Amino acid sequence: MSFLFAGVVAAALLGIPHLLAPRRLTPVKMEPFECGKDPIEIAEGRFPMKFSTVGILFILFDIEMIFIWPWAVMYLQLGWFGFLEMLVFLAVLMLGFLYIVRKGGLEWE
Amino acid sequence: MTPIPAPPIAWNALLPILVLAGTAMLVLLADLLPPRESKQHLGALALAGIIAALVIALVRWGTDVCGFRDMVRLDGYALFFDIVIAYAAALVVLLSMDYLRRRGAESGEYYALVLFAACGMMLLASAGDLIIVFLGIELMSLSLYVLAGLFKSRRQSSEASMKYFLLGVFASAFLLYGIALLFGAAGSTNFERVAAAAARNPHDTLLLIGVALLLVGFGFKISSVPFHMWAPDVYEGAPTSVTALIATGSKAAAFAALIRFLTTALRPLQPDWTALLWILAALSMTVGNVVAIAQTNLKRMLAYSSIAHVGYMLVGLVAGGPQGTSAILFYLFAYVFTTAGTFGVLTLCERTGGTPEPDGDGAVDVREYAGLGRRSPALAFALTFFLLSLVGIPPLAGFFGKFYLFGAAVRAGYVWLAVIAVLNSAVAAYYYLRVVVYMYMREPEGAAATLAPSFAGGLALAIAFIGIVLLGVMPAPFVELAQVAVAPLLR
Amino acid sequence: MTVPDAWYLGLSAVLFAIGIVGVIVRRNPLVIFMSIELALNAANLALVTFGARLGSPDGQALVFFVMAVAAAEVGVGLAIIVVIFRSRHRLSVDDLSLMRW
Repeated sequence: MSFLFAGVVAAALLGIPHLLAPRRLTPVKMEPFECGKDPIEIAEGRFPMKFSTVGILFILFDIEMIFIWPWAVMYLQLGWFGFLEMLVFLAVLMLGFLYIVRKGGLEWE
Repeated sequence: MTPIPAPPIAWNALLPILVLAGTAMLVLLADLLPPRESKQHLGALALAGIIAALVIALVRWGTDVCGFRDMVRLDGYALFFDIVIAYAAALVVLLSMDYLRRRGAESGEYYALVLFAACGMMLLASAGDLIIVFLGIELMSLSLYVLAGLFKSRRQSSEASMKYFLLGVFASAFLLYGIALLFGAAGSTNFERVAAAAARNPHDTLLLIGVALLLVGFGFKISSVPFHMWAPDVYEGAPTSVTALIATGSKAAAFAALIRFLTTALRPLQPDWTALLWILAALSMTVGNVVAIAQTNLKRMLAYSSIAHVGYMLVGLVAGGPQGTSAILFYLFAYVFTTAGTFGVLTLCERTGGTPEPDGDGAVDVREYAGLGRRSPALAFALTFFLLSLVGIPPLAGFFGKFYLFGAAVRAGYVWLAVIAVLNSAVAAYYYLRVVVYMYMREPEGAAATLAPSFAGGLALAIAFIGIVLLGVMPAPFVELAQVAVAPLLR
Repeated sequence: MTVPDAWYLGLSAVLFAIGIVGVIVRRNPLVIFMSIELALNAANLALVTFGARLGSPDGQALVFFVMAVAAAEVGVGLAIIVVIFRSRHRLSVDDLSLMRW
């Protein structure tokens, strides 16, 4: 049951953007490794500070996985209590995300 | 598959902390609403949360709950510190409301960060497990690192933030490695299990190295000599209202955790750490006071004097027993009011109007206080009053704090340490009174700063004032409270 | 053949020492910060080793908390470094000398 639900959610997350999102293929996007920089370049010199801002925000959300992963492994044994607890955890995390978005932390220009 | 039973959640044990954390998140959310002209409503919201936590702590006085496998303990001791921390945070919020607007750095996250820092401090006060100590210290310190760098355009502010951050994280690394070694030696990070392990084998090498590393980490957080070098720079560079929080709340909280750790988890090792703290106390008092004499920047002078005050409080820890420990609690209570008041006057006196130049100090040089007695008699009187309490002139709060501390040391047989402490207090009188002399007996040079006392700032000063008078005029009930508070530790 | 505990602890002690020495001798705040992270991870290694020796999951649980805290530290630390860099365009702790004595 849970696995079915998880499969549906995953499929929806992959499928819905495919249907809804605009597709504009630009040469930059067609590159094998698109990260905002030329893939082949001398590896010295400076790059814009914006990358580090996004990097900082990424780390903060990325590391929360260490709490979600053990929860997911023991998901069935943890029952509803564990589920609710994870919802609270994610709600607090989403509050942070909302704050970042509203404060313009993810705006590129 | 066997379901894992849901662990019991002891809401009671976390109540004041939860209230503060909830308020902090509310402040963040309220900051997202369409902007208003001023952010003072956020300050008021933060203040309401702090007062709620304070009321909870007062109502729960006399109860004792443990939770989360004895990791968190809300006993009289934790409640006492919750009250002290709530007062410190409330005074800081009151002082900041108009200070930030004058310095053009009003922001919602400021209040949220003050609340998060207060959460960390309360967590430290009720920590019954080393990992809670670590989490509390980090929650408090991370908020304070950001707050110290709040004036982004002022280079001293970001420099202070950087120094505080690098040295603070360095200290955390020591603390954490000490925790890891203690975990290996005792098989648990719980204070009581550590105590049992220490009683079984008090001279286990792993245990002793772990304790030494932990004490280095704590030494940084309370800023005792020789781990004090960050304090003057951070106190000078940080916004003055943040300096007040670092000097009062963070010091009280670090002491709370240190006292609980030493008296419960490390009681079997008491002779060893007493000898070590004797040296730290004597060094902190002497270095702090002697270097403070040479300072002309008031914030720096207060930083060195706060190092000296840490030395006085360590005297109480050396003396030990119910008297020494409760004397530290009383001293901290008096110290929080006095220091918050002193920095409060400083925030109100900082240069106002116009765009502050990037590297410009506010009015923090002692020479800028010349003639304050005539320009603003009320502020000058308040500052004199707070400084006299810091000196320890009877019948102010600071006098009784010192009296109980040094008395406990003499009764415990540490006469020499008490003598050093009294001599140091005499040295301290010199540099505190110099400020008073400047205020009343010197003519101002050049254009004097205009002062803009505000209602919130005045209220904060009044609260600090009343606190000091109360503690000074009738110290007995508060000493009794402190003795009740330390009773659970010394069982 | 299993690796004895003492080796892990030795490695952890060496990593911690490298971290501490790095903080003291290096002048770039980023490198100092990396050294501190190394020291934190040395503590993590010690925690996991002790946990395994005691047969309790506590050691690993503690490491989770430490990692989350370390990530928050990275966030705050890098943000402070960015602010400093914006105002000075140079990174060295020797430049942090506006305030002395």
